[in-house]
Amino acid sequence: MIPVEFRGFAWRHAGRRAQAVTGVDLRVEPGERVLLLGPSGSGKSTLLAALAGLLTEDAGEQEGEVLLDGKPAADQRGRAGILFQDPETQLVMARAGDDVAFGLENQAVPRGDIWPRVHRALDAVGFPYGPDRDTHALSGGEQQRLALAGVLARRPELILLDEPTANLDPQGAQGIRDALRAALADTDATLIVVEHRVADILDLVDRVIALGPGGALIADGPAARVLTEHGATLAAQGVWVPGAPLPHRPAPAPGGPALRSDGLALAYPGAARPALDGVSFELRQGELLAVTGPNGSGKSTLALLAGGLAAPDAGTATVPGERRPLHRLPARRLATRVGSVFQDPEHQFVTATVRDELAFGPKQAGWAKDRIEARVAELLDRLRLAPLAEANPHTLSGGEARRLSVAGALAAAPGVLLLDEPTFGQDRRTWGELVDLTADIRDEGTALLAVTHDRDFAQALEARELVLEGGRVAEERPC
Amino acid sequence: MLTLAPVCGPEAAIARANPVAKLAAVVLVTTVALVAGDWLTPLLLLAALAIALPFTGIRPGPLVRRLRWLWLAAAAVVVVNAVFAAEQTGRLLVDLGPIAISSGTLLDGTAIGLRVCVAATAGVLVFATTDPTDLADALTQQLNAPPRFTIGSLAALRLLPLLAAEWRQITTARRARGLEGGWNPLRRTRLFASTMFALLVGALRRAGRLAAAMDARGFDTEIPRTHAREQRMRPADWALIALAAVAAAAAVALSVAAGTFSL
Repeated sequence: MIPVEFRGFAWRHAGRRAQAVTGVDLRVEPGERVLLLGPSGSGKSTLLAALAGLLTEDAGEQEGEVLLDGKPAADQRGRAGILFQDPETQLVMARAGDDVAFGLENQAVPRGDIWPRVHRALDAVGFPYGPDRDTHALSGGEQQRLALAGVLARRPELILLDEPTANLDPQGAQGIRDALRAALADTDATLIVVEHRVADILDLVDRVIALGPGGALIADGPAARVLTEHGATLAAQGVWVPGAPLPHRPAPAPGGPALRSDGLALAYPGAARPALDGVSFELRQGELLAVTGPNGSGKSTLALLAGGLAAPDAGTATVPGERRPLHRLPARRLATRVGSVFQDPEHQFVTATVRDELAFGPKQAGWAKDRIEARVAELLDRLRLAPLAEANPHTLSGGEARRLSVAGALAAAPGVLLLDEPTFGQDRRTWGELVDLTADIRDEGTALLAVTHDRDFAQALEARELVLEGGRVAEERPC
Repeated sequence: MLTLAPVCGPEAAIARANPVAKLAAVVLVTTVALVAGDWLTPLLLLAALAIALPFTGIRPGPLVRRLRWLWLAAAAVVVVNAVFAAEQTGRLLVDLGPIAISSGTLLDGTAIGLRVCVAATAGVLVFATTDPTDLADALTQQLNAPPRFTIGSLAALRLLPLLAAEWRQITTARRARGLEGGWNPLRRTRLFASTMFALLVGALRRAGRLAAAMDARGFDTEIPRTHAREQRMRPADWALIALAAVAAAAAVALSVAAGTFSL
């Protein structure tokens, strides 16, 4: 366990004009367990990267000092252990055991000591397989557990966690929290966590530091006190403060039929059982259908088939007024019938400005020029994208990119909108925006289907719930 | 899924050999095949590879699947060299006006095709019996290759299957936006290029994140790394190299004795 100190620290990433953080003065005592809060863009990840020794001279411009144990952190890369958000890009090796061993080899641990330490680390995080397990065959939650084992095996005196559960489904996130709890009980390392979902992590920390935009200190102290005194401010900034009220948008009475799925089925080549095995449902105008179920239950496959984006082995998805099933429609016609919004908004961006992005669907559909212009102006305004009209879609923040991908899918005025995990990994503020946006779209009469793990989202919108299990409909119920 | 995992039983003698020894054996055999100018030497080397086949433990199915394109390429080499030789020598075998093939050029073409076959088959035998991780370990430990290169390549290899998955996601996402190649070749090409670009942007971002994660775990500092898995040159590995040398020498000796050898 080591002390950590920022003295007048500021950092500007190479190629950026603005500083990511300015004037940070912080001290964390040896063995302290700290939760670092702040809105997106407050530089939390930059602070962790600085402590991990990853901000090198060629990566940007530094002012002030970052000290680990009294010495510059940049000279001690590898001394702190850091767990990032994305499990896929933290694993280096093809076999699970080799991946944990990788960090020990770098530390020059003698061969005889490596494997016992690998086994102990895998046990500590409750890794359910042997060391020869192929790292590609792991779920996201399991990969993240393996990455955590890789951090712990090095026995760091400072552990940094950068939103470790943000990319995981609830089950995977719970697994990581359990593993962390067990592992932290076993070490006296100093801990700094960045996490929006405060309630889930509160019992692991004894101090909360809240930062404002640019890294300005808002509050610092015992967790309970900071959250009571500054709860409202933090919630407004996007922190999931426990007990803060969530929005509620009651559902209007649904209208006529908008999309019909009849016995949709699909088996992926080489899979033991079909991903989807005869799923039928009806979606009506002005309603939100939440498709839920455990991992591998076929939710995402259903979204693909219902959106006409993949051809089913059997069954059809149809919309009124269109004789052909959706997967047979040419893409430019499909976009006027059903819009699909994917988890990663950037995959869907096909033009260089926000304005072109909104005009794209209507243009493809062959709308008249003034009709397109009117539609784009309307969407820019409604989704608060007008100030960004000329910006490149790839430079938008997470929340803005999400709004744009929804707006792009809506542009050609489809009667149905499909959303894949729309609230995944979002902070509290973006989450609230998405609830309002979804409700507005629904209340105008668009039929919505959302694949989601997020119970709060479904409840806030009074969604009808379609529960999938093993590729079949297990239950249909009001939420 | 895209994979480079070995397709052999792990207990076979050649599968268990040190990857660097296997590489050395391949380099020996291939060099001799490429230097020899006749048709008998590469044919004898191909026979030697066939004798080695049972010791690799490769199942015939996957082997044929991996080899068929290479052999087809070799056949194409034969035809091209026989038809487009600068000068047709020997007895005329085929005469279709502009297309003429004579025995001499056919033999030369066959010799070149066989050399390609030897190189391709030997290469496939090694990579089909070698785990990339073991190869990286052996390159580092036996040949002192820098870990930046060997481990870096392994990490990049791990990202490859993700690219295939991302390609599918991008294509699907574009159909949802109303973008599809259809039957128009121009539109297809443009779409391919722009999808490729999106893929590259994503790949660079991923690679950056992976590099940061590797750095954070102390990769590529001044500390010399240790190795969790030891790769050693055992007597059997030296024997493999020796056998390859003997096979190469024997092939040359036999073709000299037969009077066909040339450079």
